[in-house]
Amino acid sequence: MILGSINPAVLMAALMVAATPILLAAIGELVVEKAGVLNLGVEGMMIMGACLGFIVAVNTGSPVLGFVGAACAGMALSLLFALLTQALMTNQVASGLALTLFGLGLTALLGQRYVGITPPRTPKLDLGPLSEIPFLGRALFSHDIVVYLTIALVAAVWWFLNYSRAGMILRAVGENHDAAHALGYHVRRVRVFAIMFGGACAGLGGAYLSLIRVPQWTEGMTVGAGWIALALVVFASWRPWRALAGAYLFGGVVVLQLNLQAAGVKIPVEYLSMSPYLITIFVLVLISSGKARGSLNAPGSLNRPFHASD
Amino acid sequence: MKKLLTAALLSAALATPAVADTTKVGFIYIGPVGDFGWTAGHDRARQEMQDHFGDAVETTIVENVDYGADAERVMTQMALSGTDMIFAASFGYGPDVNAVAGRFPNVAFQHATGYIQEHDNISLYDARFYEGRAVLGHIAGKMTETNTIGYIASYPIPAVISGINSAFLHAKAVNPDVTFRIIWTYSWFDPALEADAAETLIEQGADVIMQHTDSTAAVRVAEDAGVMAFGQASDMVDFGPTAHLSAIVDRWAPYYISRVQALKDGAWEAQNSWLGFADGIIEMAPWNDRIPAELQAEADALIASITSGEYHPFTGPINRQDGTPWLAEGEVAPDADLATMNFYVEGITSDLPN
Repeated sequence: MILGSINPAVLMAALMVAATPILLAAIGELVVEKAGVLNLGVEGMMIMGACLGFIVAVNTGSPVLGFVGAACAGMALSLLFALLTQALMTNQVASGLALTLFGLGLTALLGQRYVGITPPRTPKLDLGPLSEIPFLGRALFSHDIVVYLTIALVAAVWWFLNYSRAGMILRAVGENHDAAHALGYHVRRVRVFAIMFGGACAGLGGAYLSLIRVPQWTEGMTVGAGWIALALVVFASWRPWRALAGAYLFGGVVVLQLNLQAAGVKIPVEYLSMSPYLITIFVLVLISSGKARGSLNAPGSLNRPFHASD
Repeated sequence: MKKLLTAALLSAALATPAVADTTKVGFIYIGPVGDFGWTAGHDRARQEMQDHFGDAVETTIVENVDYGADAERVMTQMALSGTDMIFAASFGYGPDVNAVAGRFPNVAFQHATGYIQEHDNISLYDARFYEGRAVLGHIAGKMTETNTIGYIASYPIPAVISGINSAFLHAKAVNPDVTFRIIWTYSWFDPALEADAAETLIEQGADVIMQHTDSTAAVRVAEDAGVMAFGQASDMVDFGPTAHLSAIVDRWAPYYISRVQALKDGAWEAQNSWLGFADGIIEMAPWNDRIPAELQAEADALIASITSGEYHPFTGPINRQDGTPWLAEGEVAPDADLATMNFYVEGITSDLPN
């Protein structure tokens, strides 16, 4: 047992990086669900972002353009979902699952010629003297800009949902679409915008994997990150800061167990990797019982189709 | 989506009247054919086999098939569509292969790296990866400067455990100070997790990374960190031209060709094949130039002695991790011990998960 070989600052730094892709996808999905839509296609939109972001970055040589491309790709796929569920009134769960399958298949095709290529490097943000601070410098102030922008995005979503007029309309649509409609709000328009935002965020999360964290394109490389993001939204009971805490907790569990293993500590890896899913199942069971639904903060109209004629 | 497409292809194949001597061979894979590792190795062999037989063989593949109900469904579908032979190319398909084989006694099943053989239409085949691991261990032991080797392992199954033991014994033999740090990912393919694992190992002092997982992420991370790495199942040099020292490259093609030929000749029967260097099933990717010529020669000699049968990578005296004797002086490990290996050898410091 060699615990001394684990550097807590590095652990903290790795945790933030591990949490960023799922946090990006989760914060997008949180807004979608707050608008009353359940999009289970997060995995599909993430892999689209990972693939298209990679292709754009490689061809333009610019990681920034890569991220922009990834957001557009995720958004494009989410528009398909919006078309299906908002215009054609299809079942949201089935459409979301189809979106995931479609994204995985399409990217396997699109990305074929991009396997084995190195993407342009995303530079670490130079924070000058801040990154020189002992411990904190390595742990908090030595990341690429996406890590910080993601935190800023969480703050922005929190402000938007709680303090902006548009955010309150979005929540009204998600809580009770009939009432929102009666008040004259455009339920479908709000939902389509929310879905597009969710798609863009998932795309960014995917690009973070293929451009920064791994960094390379491999078919199917998200391996369930989208599902974890979905679980995270429920785990966070639809609150942005809790999603951040949840993502860091999850990233922390992953990174810590890797470090403990490498240091030769005997830990039950299987159980640790299971834990986020177990917690999610537990929360889902609670939600499905009517009483707890309110206390858990689930949007009232979540996964309920809306049609103005109803 | 791919699965749907393949299913569509299968049904299309069903609709066309079968040419009498066309053998239909189905493959199911645990990962994507583009993993550049394990699944890519099997698909390379499938293509070679297809090229060898030309029109006399028709192959179909279904990739990303999970163990359990999914695998059973896909294989049942293949069997119902008139497939003559099914290759299930992953360890975990065991129960599914046996369940489906029981229902389709006329279909020949070939299960890679499995151990369950309940019906006489199931052949098992595996490669002696530990032979290749011995060579990797030897090189790693000589090349490491920090005397710390990082090992990314998938699941604690005999094939993976014997690989770790073989690599450790041969690293230790040339470098008594060497230690292994081992991370289990409980996954065959998770690029982000494998990248994290590699980073963790490097952070904790490893300067050579070995992997028994299928993605190329660890080689990439090693290249970025300026340390060394070995690829897995395929030559991964493109992902780390400087870091990539070599890799055990799986070459299933000769075996696949022989099995399909046997089926065509009506001579196919259930077997349990365990093939190594001598059978051409595994080979080493070209040595990286940074490996000194002398060491390259040693590695070549080691391969030659294993190939000729003169040397076995598990030759006693070898003790188990707890110090109890396993092999006596000069004793060679019986295959049964290797096929069920569930212990580390003496000197590995971490504990083996259950």
